[in-house]
Amino acid sequence: MNPQVNVQPLETEKMILNFGPSHPATHGTLRVIMELDGETVVKATPEIGYLHSGFEKLGEDLDYNQYVTITDRMNYLSPICNNVAYALSAEKLMDIEVPKRARYIRLLMCELSRIADHFLSVGMQAVDLGAFTVFLYGFRLREDIYDLFEIATGTRLTTSYTRVGGLMRDLPDGFETAVLDVLEEAGKVADEIETLLNHNRIFQKRTKGVGVISKEDANSYGISGPAARAAGIDWDLRIKEPYSDYEEFDFDVVIGVNGDVFDRYLVRMEEIRQSVKICRQVLDKMPEGEINIDADSKFILPPKDDVYDSIEGLIYHFEQIMPNRGMTPPKGEAYVATESPNGELGYYIVSDGSRTPYRVRTRPPSLMNYSIFSKIMTGRMISDAVAILGSLNIIAGELDR
Amino acid sequence: MDLSDLTTRLQEKFPDTVLEVSEENDEVTLQLKGSSILEILSFLKADGFNFLADLTAVDNLTLGGNERFTVVYHLLSHERVERIVVKAYVSEEKPLLPSVESLWKTADWQEREVYDLFGIEFESHPNLIRIMNPDEFNGYPLRKDFPRQGRGERKDFPIVERMTRGDRE
Repeated sequence: MNPQVNVQPLETEKMILNFGPSHPATHGTLRVIMELDGETVVKATPEIGYLHSGFEKLGEDLDYNQYVTITDRMNYLSPICNNVAYALSAEKLMDIEVPKRARYIRLLMCELSRIADHFLSVGMQAVDLGAFTVFLYGFRLREDIYDLFEIATGTRLTTSYTRVGGLMRDLPDGFETAVLDVLEEAGKVADEIETLLNHNRIFQKRTKGVGVISKEDANSYGISGPAARAAGIDWDLRIKEPYSDYEEFDFDVVIGVNGDVFDRYLVRMEEIRQSVKICRQVLDKMPEGEINIDADSKFILPPKDDVYDSIEGLIYHFEQIMPNRGMTPPKGEAYVATESPNGELGYYIVSDGSRTPYRVRTRPPSLMNYSIFSKIMTGRMISDAVAILGSLNIIAGELDR
Repeated sequence: MDLSDLTTRLQEKFPDTVLEVSEENDEVTLQLKGSSILEILSFLKADGFNFLADLTAVDNLTLGGNERFTVVYHLLSHERVERIVVKAYVSEEKPLLPSVESLWKTADWQEREVYDLFGIEFESHPNLIRIMNPDEFNGYPLRKDFPRQGRGERKDFPIVERMTRGDRE
């Protein structure tokens, strides 16, 4: 018997669905207006700007060291990367070269925050797809790294660690052993996460072939970072345009093949291992010496001990921070691009020779990475939106500034 | 970067529009008149600058410069690992530039951002609406004549009279 069933398509009606701006899976104030046909997304229009805080306008009123605190608030998953990118740009403008130890410490901190950022991003992606354990594993290790930040900078999240011409303070005693412990743990956690996810059938079904970004699209949409490397683009600023002494360390660039959500996950996991490798090398080679440029250059604040204990230090401190004094860079402009966990993070500073920048522009990787969302969402299911959003790791603070 | 070669080719091809080519700290800067930006960028894209890294603007109100606004394009060549900065000048009376969205899709959102924050319009842009601020927002916040201070303290705001339960009944 072979009963003939006359299948007729059901009549459907287009429906508008608001995804966000406060939705548990958007991890930030992202809003997507989706036009649905059944469960298929016909058109997805991202609406951004819910967290627009005028950071760039604010920068025109703050001096070069004050603005460091604003950069923390942009990408709040890896604030030190923002601090370093801004400091590098300001130093290029003022033609300052920081001591070797400062460069190494910055690099170590950047790589630690890259590990934390990738663990959180993979964990968030997994928890949105139902793998809660991965999220907890990643989150616990991120806590350990944040403890390291707290030891070194005094705060967990809003680190404000760099100053123009150096760092806020040197690493405390015993920091190296604490980092080595966390690095060892990071390798183990990465293994555990990969055991849970790599051959997980549900995870593979939800991520393989989803949100595919081709090489051409990645270049056209300005995609950078893990998302571009997953698409097969061999581009890592740490190797191609080395800054802060990255050229002295040995590590590999991780490149994917398919450019889908699964590849972006794999790229992030392997980048964690490469970062662990870099951190170990930095600790091995860490030079002794000063962390700030010479105080006579008038570009650096005096140590706080001097300010509190001596009249000269106090006078010198006021010389730096009073509104009509302080560091004045030459007229000009500088753009420095760095490889943040999300992609190319650049600061473009224009100076008119006064003590506040004339214009501070952040090149946010999230904005460019998010602009392709509408294209790769078209024709997919609603549930894919969650997987794709997680894999692009959009940070609203940086997206909207 | 071999600048002389690019410079001569550019000046041969676009003799009227390129104002200045300069090199400082390994940064090549190209200054030109705004109207020709699409042709110059297509030329540079064909020349190997395949990636539009950043698109932003600067208000030259107190800085001084050729015109009121500069729209700054940071181009990157993945193959040759080179960067070039292209600056297009736009006047205050007619803040209009050709859109480069046809060359790089990333220009879509970035031009919308420049439009939103500086009020510079882009010709033949597919969807030129505000991106950061709400649609009904007045003014262009990153212009230098947009006030940085708010409307002051609580006393400067009118007191809104609300209906009490008694009024309603």
